[in-house]
Amino acid sequence: MSFQRLRSTLENYLFILPAVTIFTIFYIIPFFWVFQLSLFKWDGIAFTKTFVGLRNFMDIFSRDSSDPLWWRSIAQAGYITLFALTFQNALAFLLALACDREIKLKNFYRVVFFIPPVLSEVVVGMVWRLILNDIDGANLLNRGLIALGLENLTRHWIYDQHIALTTVAIVHSWKGFGWGFLIFLAGLQTIPKELYEAARVDGANAWQQFLRITLPLMVPVIILVGILTVLGTMQAFVLVKTLIQSEVAGSISVPVLRILNSMNNQDLGFGYACAQGLTFGILLVIISFVQNRISKKFSSL
Amino acid sequence: MFKLVSKQIIIGLLIIYLSSLSFLGCSPAKTSLPSSGVTVVVWHWMTDRQPAFEELAQRYERQTGTRVKFELYAPSEAYSQKVRAAAQGENLPDIFGILASKKDFASFIKAGHVLDLTPYMEENSGFWRKSFFENALKTNVFVQDDAYGVKPGIYGVPIDTMVIQMLYNKKLYAELGFQANNPPATFQELLQVGQKLKGKDLQGFVSGWGEYWMLDCFANNYAFNIMGKDKVLATIRGEIPYTDPDWIKVFSLFKELTDAGLVSSGTITMVNKTAEQLFANERAVFAFNGSWCVNVYRSMNPQLDYGAFMPPPISDVYPMAIWGGAGSSFMVNARSKNKEEAVRFLQWLTQKEQQVFLAKHTHNLPANQQAMQDISGVLSEFAKNMPFVTHPNIWGISEFSSVIETFDRGLQSIILGQKSPQQVAYEVQKAKEKELARKKAQ
Repeated sequence: MSFQRLRSTLENYLFILPAVTIFTIFYIIPFFWVFQLSLFKWDGIAFTKTFVGLRNFMDIFSRDSSDPLWWRSIAQAGYITLFALTFQNALAFLLALACDREIKLKNFYRVVFFIPPVLSEVVVGMVWRLILNDIDGANLLNRGLIALGLENLTRHWIYDQHIALTTVAIVHSWKGFGWGFLIFLAGLQTIPKELYEAARVDGANAWQQFLRITLPLMVPVIILVGILTVLGTMQAFVLVKTLIQSEVAGSISVPVLRILNSMNNQDLGFGYACAQGLTFGILLVIISFVQNRISKKFSSL
Repeated sequence: MFKLVSKQIIIGLLIIYLSSLSFLGCSPAKTSLPSSGVTVVVWHWMTDRQPAFEELAQRYERQTGTRVKFELYAPSEAYSQKVRAAAQGENLPDIFGILASKKDFASFIKAGHVLDLTPYMEENSGFWRKSFFENALKTNVFVQDDAYGVKPGIYGVPIDTMVIQMLYNKKLYAELGFQANNPPATFQELLQVGQKLKGKDLQGFVSGWGEYWMLDCFANNYAFNIMGKDKVLATIRGEIPYTDPDWIKVFSLFKELTDAGLVSSGTITMVNKTAEQLFANERAVFAFNGSWCVNVYRSMNPQLDYGAFMPPPISDVYPMAIWGGAGSSFMVNARSKNKEEAVRFLQWLTQKEQQVFLAKHTHNLPANQQAMQDISGVLSEFAKNMPFVTHPNIWGISEFSSVIETFDRGLQSIILGQKSPQQVAYEVQKAKEKELARKKAQ
């Protein structure tokens, strides 16, 4: 290797060194540290930890798990995610399509749709609790329904165990659709207008233009929004904490709440919480990977 | 020449006079000791007490020359995590509080973070120890052969005491047709209030039952009343099952309260702050809350007319017990270089004068017995029931966390009408047996 080439290689490494250092300190080392902790029983206070090998992981996967709500909490987060993937993203896509056209007040709509995502989850949770709760809230929704003569539709929106999860999913979607809207809108604006003009010249109607031009070209954006939705929604917990304020006898729980619970539980401890965190992380990676593969197949069609 | 000299003398005298005046103006009314250069750092979570603490810190500095810095970290959940993280990094301050179970407290001691205060407490024939209410100090005491495996001793200083009991809004209670100064004396009388609530836009009973521990507290009060302390502790030891008829009675109380219309299913998503707001805003007749609420209600609604009373007993075989004891305690960092100064400050803080000041400004029950004499109003109604106080931290044994969670979740299910008391009893016992088997295997 010539001196020039060696110098060039070293220079390149030097340029990426800050990024690699930061990534290593804040991502790689903590990841291995969490993995190391997951192999121990530790209360988070003592200086000594007891090595238990893979026992924490085996416990998580055993039928007699120490945290019987763990898998249920994942299923419940899955339900909220499914809701967000379908209704939330469909709404975001439709609104982005509408705002991409020449309609009146489109800039106003863009701002309005982007307000919920920039609000803090704590604020959103508290405001919606005020709207929905009939005890310590203003009970606005039920009052509105009664005023419209729809008493039959009034519910205990946040503590009826059959409805509360859907309530969380709807509020989460309300808060989250603005991100999808923004990304979809950015994606739509990258589609060359000439394609639509050519299609119109060829006699394609609006539906055909959407099906043959918009949708195929938006597949990479849909994949991105889908993955971001899954990652964001599965890890949601602030909204549950502020809107519901409790796990409603175990009916409403999400994985992050269970991990926190294990961390503060003397009998389970930090090691178990770390094992749950890793299991959950790996699950998310698998879901994202599968989602990516499926989406790639769709885009190649 | 003489005129010039005399003018200079007059100006000189004037300068000296003015300077001495300005020095006098700057000096405090009381003489203060020079600073010792030591700063004792205290971490706490009690937002409402910060001004009183700061005032006391200034007084202490004036008296001793030692600076005390109160650092507030709220809310309590965040504080709790901060203390844990500091313990791991050995960055704990000179004085701190542990907001956790006694098991966690024991872990802090085992890790060498907490100074054993027994020698200081026993100085002068136990003068410091004897100044506290026994129940308040007990929370910080570890005895020989308890379940925690810690060297026996006193590891914390209570700075106030608390009692958790029932409260009622006198105005609303009278509006329902009851005598304002006669709260329910039996459980049946309490249930009867529910009948009068029908059709009214009022909550019967509010409490932070979305937070498991308050639910646990209420259930344990009645468990003591129904089966006595020995049987409750025997259950925790695993000698009596949760499916015992007496425990079924305890679980059934929640069904009765719900059926009577006193407790609504919304209570199970309620944190205590929300319950406090509802009671303070006169939207609930009863509340189940600790004596700290006096300060809270005062800030929310100074006009609120309410009284405190023991949870009405269901049985007359065993006395009703209520949770209480040390409200907030401070521990001294065993690794601190200022630990002697920290102990001296805590000794000063728990003297009568400072305790009266704290009680007056924060509306909490003092930990010092002598300071209790100056308590009045609702706070004195709380103080009256101090002899009935108990707390899991003084039982010497603790239930498995997962069993407590199953227990409290079960109670929520009963209120929701999802499960029967028998079903919940079975589930709790199953969780208990699982933990016992696991412990045996280890």
